[in-house]
Amino acid sequence: MASPTTAPAPSSPAASPDGRHQLAAVRVPTRTGRSELRAIKVVWKRELIRFSRDRLRILTSLMQPFLFLFVLGTGLSKLASAGTHGVNLKTFVYPGVLCMAVMFTAMFSAASLVWDREFGFLREMMVAPVRRSSLVLGKCLGGGTVAGFQGVIVLCLAGLVGVPYDGSLIVEVFAIQLLLAFTITAFGVMIAARVSQLQSFMALMQMVMMPMFFLSGALFPVAGLPQWLELLNRIDPLTYAVDPIRRIVFSHLDISAAARATLDPGVTWWGWHVPSVLEAGVVAVLGLIMLGIAIVQFSRAE
Amino acid sequence: MNATAAVTTAAVTVDHLVKRYDEVEAVRGIEFEVRSGEIFGFLGPNGAGKSTTINMLCTLVRPTAGSARVAGHDVVGERDEVRRNIGLVFQDTTLDGYLTAEQNLRLHAELYGVPREAVGPRMQQVMEMVGLWERRSSLVNTFSGGMKRRLEIARGLLHSPRVLFLDEPTVGLDPQTRSSIWSYIRELKSSEDITIFLTTHYMDEAEYCDRIAIMDQGKIIVLDTPEALKASVGKDRIQIQTDDDAAALAALAERFGIEATLAEGMVTFGVAEGEHFVPRLFAELGQPIRSVNVSRPSLDDVFMSYTGTTIRDAESGAADQRRKTARMMRGGR
Repeated sequence: MASPTTAPAPSSPAASPDGRHQLAAVRVPTRTGRSELRAIKVVWKRELIRFSRDRLRILTSLMQPFLFLFVLGTGLSKLASAGTHGVNLKTFVYPGVLCMAVMFTAMFSAASLVWDREFGFLREMMVAPVRRSSLVLGKCLGGGTVAGFQGVIVLCLAGLVGVPYDGSLIVEVFAIQLLLAFTITAFGVMIAARVSQLQSFMALMQMVMMPMFFLSGALFPVAGLPQWLELLNRIDPLTYAVDPIRRIVFSHLDISAAARATLDPGVTWWGWHVPSVLEAGVVAVLGLIMLGIAIVQFSRAE
Repeated sequence: MNATAAVTTAAVTVDHLVKRYDEVEAVRGIEFEVRSGEIFGFLGPNGAGKSTTINMLCTLVRPTAGSARVAGHDVVGERDEVRRNIGLVFQDTTLDGYLTAEQNLRLHAELYGVPREAVGPRMQQVMEMVGLWERRSSLVNTFSGGMKRRLEIARGLLHSPRVLFLDEPTVGLDPQTRSSIWSYIRELKSSEDITIFLTTHYMDEAEYCDRIAIMDQGKIIVLDTPEALKASVGKDRIQIQTDDDAAALAALAERFGIEATLAEGMVTFGVAEGEHFVPRLFAELGQPIRSVNVSRPSLDDVFMSYTGTTIRDAESGAADQRRKTARMMRGGR
């Protein structure tokens, strides 16, 4: 029941001798959809403020993508040139690296929740008169936005790896990056609800992220794999972010049909070619499920 | 001052509140009422159940049994209503060190749904009160412990709560900051229609409260004004140092019928009109006395008389000015 909860009006101002510090009461309205939106927005905004302050984090999160793209991509191209039908290996791994940049930033965003708990700030949010779901949603959206932005930085490198700067390419890839960023953050937040130590959280995330990255097809075409690897590839959620991005990127390349068939075969389920929209749907549904679990866990916590 | 307070309904009502953690019963069925507009202190040693009680009243911990109402709302059934009407300052900081002081307060205002047009002026008021308005653009990480605590108090007041909970608000702070925090608390009482509920284990701070409840081992032992509590003891405290404490204890019981205890390494007991008792003590005890200390009843004595132990705190001891000390040495032979 919601009785009117206005703070009592200040009684006759019998001011302190110097007359300063007379505090006027403000009125705090009861909870509405709008107040929940304000909560979501402010939690989201906090992520952005903190990210923009942390230049070092922006740089360090770019480290891994750069290594994969320019060191591994350049080094291995000697070996791989025979099998890529003249396509630069850097171009081939680029979609995977776009995903990687997003993943690690999203993971760090979720990790800040563990940090918040350790340093007490989580308590400030948990005692606020808002739904826990608003807090969790704000956090996931914030982490998603920040990680999506990180993805844009790598997206800007397209020219260096032979991918054209095309409006529709950038918009479509960015949309999938945002989706992936949201899902990974939701996954991290779900884990963060249970793990209270930062070290354990980071170790756990690494343990999950590295296999996810390697199994996803970021570094190899997903057709003609040994059965065990194909199976693991198909149950890896990241596969469904890398594959559509690769399709978008390859559709903007001027390459032979043979190269396209080898390098961008597309994900199949029992021989059926999974459309990009469905792939994006898989990522979105997973994200929503994990968001739901995270909300339940945080709502239960005292 | 604020004459309207006190008459209206109780700010906090607690009824048979119990909290059990597995085997341990942290709070064992307490009842009390906090009047609207008063400064109410919860006094007790660490582990007495003060923080658990405050956490239940703040809706952070669910009671095992019993009920409590804060600002007229049930802490279990109307959790959000309670939260909207209380301000919280915890022992440990809950600020975001990577945001500025102003950003921390704005975030709080958004979470509590403070109307947009009211945020700016209100923020200036509360930050000026704690003397941090000039530092509003600094990152909280650059603040000292005392500044952080002051900022937390400002933040706790931002949404004009009807009850402000302060859990050990001055613990770990230097004496100067402690006294300035107390001046804010007293100022608040005169300028806002607010009830202040605090916990402390500093006896000297409990003196500032309108009423105090002494809590020990999960129970409220006594609740009254500091003056009434001290008067209820009715005795001065005498502490003596002797060469043979056991013999001194026996002699006191035998010759004066006084049951003394050993506290803080000294034979301790209470008598009415202590100054007049000391000459008799020297004449009749029959044991060498190395030093004597007579003190007027303090809250320490109140605590001691109700619980049988003293709260010892090195930080508060030095500041205790109320003590009248008489120290005498018997000729050293």
